[in-house]
Amino acid sequence: MLSIQNLHAGIEGKKILNGINLDIKPGEVHAIMGPNGSGKSTLANVLAGRADYEVLHGTVEFLGKDLLELSPEKRAGEGLFLAFQYPVEIPGLSTVNFIKTAVNEVRKYRGLGSLDSVAFLKLMKEKMALMNIEQSLLSRSLNEGFSGGEKKRNEVFQMAMLEPRLAILDETDSGLDIDAIRIVSNGVNKLRNKDNAVLVVTHYQRLLDYIVPDFVHVLYNGRIVRSGGKELALELEERGYDFIKNESQEVETV
Amino acid sequence: MNTIEYFKERFDQWQPVSGGNGFGTIRQEAFDAFSRLGIPGSKNEEWKYTRVAGLFNKEYQFPPDSFTTSVTAKDLDGFRLPGAAAANELVFVNGFFSFPLSVIRSSDLTILPLEDAAKNDFKELVAKEFGDSSKYIKDGIHALNTAFVHGAVFIHIKKGQVVEHPVYIYNITDARSANILAQPRSLIHVNENAHVQLVETYITLGTNQSFTNQVMEVTVEKDARLEYYKIQNDGDHTNQVSTTHIRQTGKSYVHTVTISLNGGLVRNNLTLALDARYCEAHLYGLYFQTGQSHIDNHTVVDNIKPNCLSNELYKGIMNDRSTGVFNGKIFVQPQAQKTNAYQSNKNVLLSDNASVNTKPQLEIFADDVKCTHGCTVGRLNEEGLFYLQSRGISEKTARNLLLRAYASDILEHIQPAPIRSYVEHLIVERLETDIS
Repeated sequence: MLSIQNLHAGIEGKKILNGINLDIKPGEVHAIMGPNGSGKSTLANVLAGRADYEVLHGTVEFLGKDLLELSPEKRAGEGLFLAFQYPVEIPGLSTVNFIKTAVNEVRKYRGLGSLDSVAFLKLMKEKMALMNIEQSLLSRSLNEGFSGGEKKRNEVFQMAMLEPRLAILDETDSGLDIDAIRIVSNGVNKLRNKDNAVLVVTHYQRLLDYIVPDFVHVLYNGRIVRSGGKELALELEERGYDFIKNESQEVETV
Repeated sequence: MNTIEYFKERFDQWQPVSGGNGFGTIRQEAFDAFSRLGIPGSKNEEWKYTRVAGLFNKEYQFPPDSFTTSVTAKDLDGFRLPGAAAANELVFVNGFFSFPLSVIRSSDLTILPLEDAAKNDFKELVAKEFGDSSKYIKDGIHALNTAFVHGAVFIHIKKGQVVEHPVYIYNITDARSANILAQPRSLIHVNENAHVQLVETYITLGTNQSFTNQVMEVTVEKDARLEYYKIQNDGDHTNQVSTTHIRQTGKSYVHTVTISLNGGLVRNNLTLALDARYCEAHLYGLYFQTGQSHIDNHTVVDNIKPNCLSNELYKGIMNDRSTGVFNGKIFVQPQAQKTNAYQSNKNVLLSDNASVNTKPQLEIFADDVKCTHGCTVGRLNEEGLFYLQSRGISEKTARNLLLRAYASDILEHIQPAPIRSYVEHLIVERLETDIS
């Protein structure tokens, strides 16, 4: 579904990704781990199409299309979803109004008709129950004054509403306590099926106790330096990132 | 003939004919002031970024007594504001109050020609309150309005009356056959414990040039509440200087919202004199400019007595080659201890060719006060734009949603629901058509 080949990218003249290769198939959960500054968030943002980032080299194919050619909204239409590390607060824009607009624009892109108010409300109630989210939160301005947990729950709620094929969770666990992590992870797990995939970007192993990955990749200096199964995450938790850094340096000096 | 000579000739012809109607001396003094001051140029600090002199090089049909107009109630129908059927409607045509076109629905509202009010029951009140704005606005344009005061209106809201129907004020300029200079004038007195909502708008008929030079003076007494809404959405060939002066003479509540969506050159002078303890004043403004239009908001909040609260928020959206000015003065007089005064001006530039000059100006002569001010000029929130796009929302729709959200904390202060939805609709319409 997603195939990244030799991706190089940077921001403001600074090169961050130095040749990423990654394949994700339907039904899989991949985790990208790595120390601060290794390029995890850059990868997530490049995939979603943030304009500040510059792709220097390489290709990304998503469901048979050249992803890098598409605007951010078309990527969403094709089924890509990024749960933001720092969801943006927009005073004056009601969360419901925002989600309704998003759902209908995505439906339009996918050749489906707009949902009327009744159908939208029905869908929303269903997903609200799934995500354990209250109406009062959705009546407020988008993310304005939301707690860290509310913001992340709102991200996963949007994901539920938009039904993406590939969801990228960018440090969704950051700033969350254990209970909030559990709620958010349960939401993600309920949305998983054989046709969609999840890419979890995280610094810590703990989120992976709840969203169990099929593959774990370690990113360092803009490259995937190691890949393995879920046990790799446990090894990292135990030994820290230093052993990866040391290994990687050895490889470079050889 | 220069501008001053041109107006002098008109003034000399007209003043003896009209006989002054009790305003002869006031007019003469104002005309002398105008002759001395002239039309302000860019060397005048108050007019540095608003070039108004060139607009007076044109010939306007003037003075007032030569005015004939065929504006009918039917003409007005095309421009009535939503909710008009349940509103008092006051109509000025070419600067003159028109009784035949006006509709008074509230019995608790007294509407009189200013010259009649000055002769009879309201003699002392008019003598005291007329011209109060000249303590703050000391330029030739303001003097020019007073020099030709005629056909002005006096509005009196009785003690304890809550005016059920809002008061809509239409300033119509009939420029179908000539360039018109209109100088509407009104004096409004809101008595103790009275409540009133004023909604004012400006309409030019025809395609000739118009210049509206308006002065409104309002006094608000103890425990009274005034809401004032100004909606400016006239054509590119229209210009205006609009002065609204409000003096709060008792502990009272005033709330103003100024919406400026169109017009060639628009200058608003809004002055609030907080002249009693515990007065509260809220000043909101939204300007959304396109093309080559120019908007200038000059506001003054004068804290004269202690313990007053003022809160000011003006927001701008500037597109194309439009230009904007914001100047917000806050005075805190020596005896006005415990003043709370807040001011903020925010601007979003949608085009590289649009510009705004913004200047807070605080003059504080008391030591136990809380005053804050801030101004920003920037682009649309790029983070927000990407966030919305990443959810499948097209860039254009995302921009519109962000701009509507940006405007919403001004629009929510428009209390009469039909007016609020009307303004929202104008903004949405503009976003859909004018902004690419």
